[in-house]
This record gives sequence, structure tokens and C-alpha cells, in this order.
Amino acid sequence: MSATAATQTTTAARKRAGIRPQRILVYVTLVLAAAAFLLPVYLLLITGMKSFAEVSLATMWNLPSGIHFDSFQKAWFGQESAGIRGLNSNFWNSILLAIPATIGSALLGSVNGYVLSKWKFRGADLLFTLMLFGMFIPYQSILIPLVQALQRMGLYGTLPGLIFVHIVYGIPITTLIFRNYYAAIPTELIEASKIDGASLLGIYRHILVPISMPAFVVVAIWQFTSVWNDFLFGVIVTSRPNVQPITVALNNMAGSYIVEWNVQMAGSLLAALPTLLVYILLGRYFMRGLLAGSLKG
Amino acid sequence: MRQVSRDRLISLLLIAPSAILIAVFVYGFIAFTGFASMTKWASLTPDFTFVGLQNYARLFTVDRFLISMRNTVNFTVLFLAACLILGLILALLLDQKVKGEAIFRSIFLFPMAISFIVTGVVWRWLLNPGTLQTGSSGINLLFEKLGLPFLRSKWFTDPTVIYIHPDTGFGQFLNNIGLGWITTPYIGFSVAIISLVIAATWQMSGYTMAMYLAGLRGIPDELREAARVDGANEFQILRYILLPLLRPITLSAVIILGHISLKIFDLVVSMTGPGPAFATDVPAFFMWDTTFRGNNFAQGAAIAIILLIMVAVLVIPYLRYTNRQEAEL
Repeated sequence: MSATAATQTTTAARKRAGIRPQRILVYVTLVLAAAAFLLPVYLLLITGMKSFAEVSLATMWNLPSGIHFDSFQKAWFGQESAGIRGLNSNFWNSILLAIPATIGSALLGSVNGYVLSKWKFRGADLLFTLMLFGMFIPYQSILIPLVQALQRMGLYGTLPGLIFVHIVYGIPITTLIFRNYYAAIPTELIEASKIDGASLLGIYRHILVPISMPAFVVVAIWQFTSVWNDFLFGVIVTSRPNVQPITVALNNMAGSYIVEWNVQMAGSLLAALPTLLVYILLGRYFMRGLLAGSLKG
Repeated sequence: MRQVSRDRLISLLLIAPSAILIAVFVYGFIAFTGFASMTKWASLTPDFTFVGLQNYARLFTVDRFLISMRNTVNFTVLFLAACLILGLILALLLDQKVKGEAIFRSIFLFPMAISFIVTGVVWRWLLNPGTLQTGSSGINLLFEKLGLPFLRSKWFTDPTVIYIHPDTGFGQFLNNIGLGWITTPYIGFSVAIISLVIAATWQMSGYTMAMYLAGLRGIPDELREAARVDGANEFQILRYILLPLLRPITLSAVIILGHISLKIFDLVVSMTGPGPAFATDVPAFFMWDTTFRGNNFAQGAAIAIILLIMVAVLVIPYLRYTNRQEAEL
């Protein structure tokens, strides 16, 4: 009791003191930190909007004279005469890659999560741990046989091949998120349905799937973001420029000496746009995916 | 009863495809890489002549490998420290019931949504030191404009390695007491790594911020108030109450960020490449270069296995620990 009384008096005392210098320090630090975090975005935006005449390293921090979209145009369409490839086809490749890869691993993860949480068999926990480890491995340790296997399967260098790779290596994280989500659903509910004669698939379809929406959203955002942002699988599996995802194409563009750096900046913005949009629109779920990624969230 | 055993069968059939895929594509492939690392396969045509651990032994005499291992240690230590400290500070500030918390949180977290490739391209221009002809550029130019020219740096173009030289007095002293083996550039600090750390911290510190903030929100206010009543100052509350309670979060963050940092590849490719005298090279990049550009598959496989062992040493105890915790629940 006395502790609560003391709490009330201290809070009251703080309210009476008004704005304390400490509060100002908190805000000043936060604003400075926010400015530092936004600095790269500022540079991206102002550089992307400059006309070609304005671009020079000496004036890189100056605001553009007007809003020009020349750089975006060149980054998107390229310039055939100068041998510069645009990013547009790679952007669509990434879309065609990320959507099926996301759906595929989300479906597998959901089924796995259901079985591993509600239909545990002997060794289910061990299997789950073995699957989880696949999420942490450096992919360098599987790349050499992966290339060989894809060549044998006739999938090497193709978009379906890359989709397949992302589905396989997406299984651990999607299984983890769904298993943790389903584990929170009371087992009594499942048991009661079993007594009522519901089958495994019936319970999944009529009880779990209808309440799985939040987990599907978290998994979809997480997978879409990781597949879109992936570079290693893309660069290993696809060698021809017309099948490469946007991260690989952007890296090629940035490594080329004939592409002006304002075009590189515009290209970066184009490559970052879809996942940024997802983050802005669905940030809440993005956070949940992040915390789920740390196993115990 | 028959329903249950039928469902049991269906449950196994449902999980079988994923189990088989993981068994083949993770464990089978790792085994194959392990096997390849013990062969003579050094060109486009496989040569599976068994040579034991020769490729590993050779690696430890290769300059570039030792440098890349040093760089990984440099990077991991600095990156972890930076993310944990910055993340904790930002979380503590945001936990002060500030106005506009959601906006600040989004600003600190949005870089996580972006690809390391984009981060690398942007930070390569930000940390481009400029040349004598063009003058300073990027952050250096900004420092000049802000009247802070002494902060200018060569960033990732700096080949400097700080280490204890064997010819110095201290180096000779170490040699005399049997520690001569640490007086080498392989046990040193590559200054150019700082640039990679800055870019990676920009991208990932929001993650530690989010985790710490979630942790702080879970600590009841009464605990802090009670400590204040007992006369504890804010620093003591942090040191003796908050930090110990946040320890599980710190552990998770170290594992998650640690395995990302050991595997760091995309950022190096897009931002710096191996750098001057391999100042920013890392094993993941060296493996890629050796295997897919140099076609030395056996050597590349050996690097990959060493990388895997480093990650496993970090992650396996953690997986066992979280498993045991769950069993107790």
C-alpha cells in the first residue's frame, strides 16, 4: 500500500515540475538519431530527382533545381545505345519470383506447424529443431550441390528453379511462425473436435485455417521481404540478365562504370520500393515477424 | 480408434515432403559439401580424389583466408556492440513516454525492410571519400560543410591494419613472454571494416531497438518506482534492474545478429568488394570468389564448412537452450 502511495506522489511531483531539461535531452537525441537514420533516404531522393546536368559529387548535398524523373526513367528503361540495361524486366522477375515463393512456403509452413504442434508424434520436437537449424546455416555450405542438383533437374538458370529454392529454404521460418501460432490455440478445442469425430484435415480446414489469417499475413510479409531482398540465391541460380531478380540487376548496374550514380540511386529506390510499401502499410505485422524470427519473440 | 490411426498416417504424410526436402537440401547438401571439401575438385570437371583435410590445412596458410577471418571477427564484434548499445539507447529513450513514439519507431526500423544490396549501393556513395581531383564527397563533404573537417576519413578505401608489430618494444616484450604469435596483422584490426559496420548498423539496429522496447514494456513500472523509493538513481535502476531482466533479449539478439554477421555477404558485394589488400574481405565472399569465379570447388567447400562450423558453434547451444525451456513450460 505504501509503495503505491509513494508512486502516486512521485508521479504527481513530476507532473508539477513541468518540462524538465531531461525531457528536452530525450527529444533532442531522438530527433538527431532520426535525422541520421533518414540521411541516406534524403540523399537517395534528392539525387534521384536531379537532372543529369546537376549531378556532381561536389554538389551532392544540394537540393535539386526542380523535380526531374530522367534518372528514374533511365534506371527503369535503360539506354540501349549506351548498353545500359533497365531494371524493369528484373522488377517483374522479382514479382513473379516473390509471390509464388511466398505462397508455396506459407502453405508448407502452415501444414507443418499444424502437425508439429497439434499432432505431435515421437521425434516431432527433434524434427522441428532439425528444421530450424536450416534457417541459420550459411547458404554457402549448400550452394555447390544446389547448383549441381538444379542442373540435373533442368531448373538451373530459370525462374521456377529460383522459386523452388526459396520455397525449400523458406520452410524453417514459416514452420516456426505457424507452429508458435498454433501452439497458442487450446488443445482442448482440438480434442473436443476429435471426440466429435472431426478428422485431422477437417479440424485444419474448419478450425485452424479460419483463425490463421494473422499468421498468414506475418509469414507472407516476412517471406515476401526476404525473397525480394535476397541476392545470394539469385546471383548463383540465375546467370542470364533477363531472368535475374532486381537485387542482382541493381548490383550489376552499380558495379558498371558507365552508369551515372544518380541512375544507381534511382535504381536503388525502385528496388527498395515494394518492401518499403509493405512495411509502411503493414508495419505492425512486419514487427511481429521480426520478433518471431528470434524464436521465442 | 481407426479414425485416429488414419489421421496419424495423414499427419505423417503431410509433414513428409518438407522433412524430405530439408533432409536432402540442408543435411544431404551439407554432407556433400563436406565431402567435396576433402577432394581435389579444383576445376569445372569434378575430381573426387580423396585428400583428407589437406584443403583445410592449406587454407590456414593462405593470406587472404586469414585476413578474411580476421575481418569477420572485427566486423562481428563491432557490429554486435554497435547494434546492442544503439538499440538499447533508442529503446530506453522511446520508453520515456515520448510524443510521436510510433513515428520514431518506424524511422529506426524501416531500414530492416530494405535489401542489403540497396543499403550497400547507397552507403558506398555516402562513404565515398572522394578524390584529390574532385575533392571530398559524401559524408566527408558533409563534415566539411558542418565545419568538422577533422572527421573526414578514407572509410572503406583505407588499407590500414592496426596490430602489434613484432619490431616494437611491446612486440619484443610479447615475444619474450611467449606471446610472439599475436604480433601479426592477422590478429589486428582492419580500419576499413568500420564502414561496413556503419552501414550494417544503420540497417539492423532498429531490430535490437524493437526487441529491447518489447522487453522494457514487459517490465512492470512498480519495480522501477519501488527502486526509486529505495533511493536508486536512474543509472542504478538500469544497471541492477533493467539490464538483468533484459538478459534473455540480449542473448537472442546476439545469436540472431551474430549469425547474420558471420554470414555477411550481400553488403560486402555491393558496398566494397574485397577492398584494398582485402581490407573488407570476408569468408562468405572469399568462398563465392573461390568457387564460382575461380572454379576451385574443393577449396570453396572447405571455406563453406568452416563458416558453417562457426555459425553452428553459435546457434546450436541456443537451439538446445530454447528447446529445453519449452519442455519445461
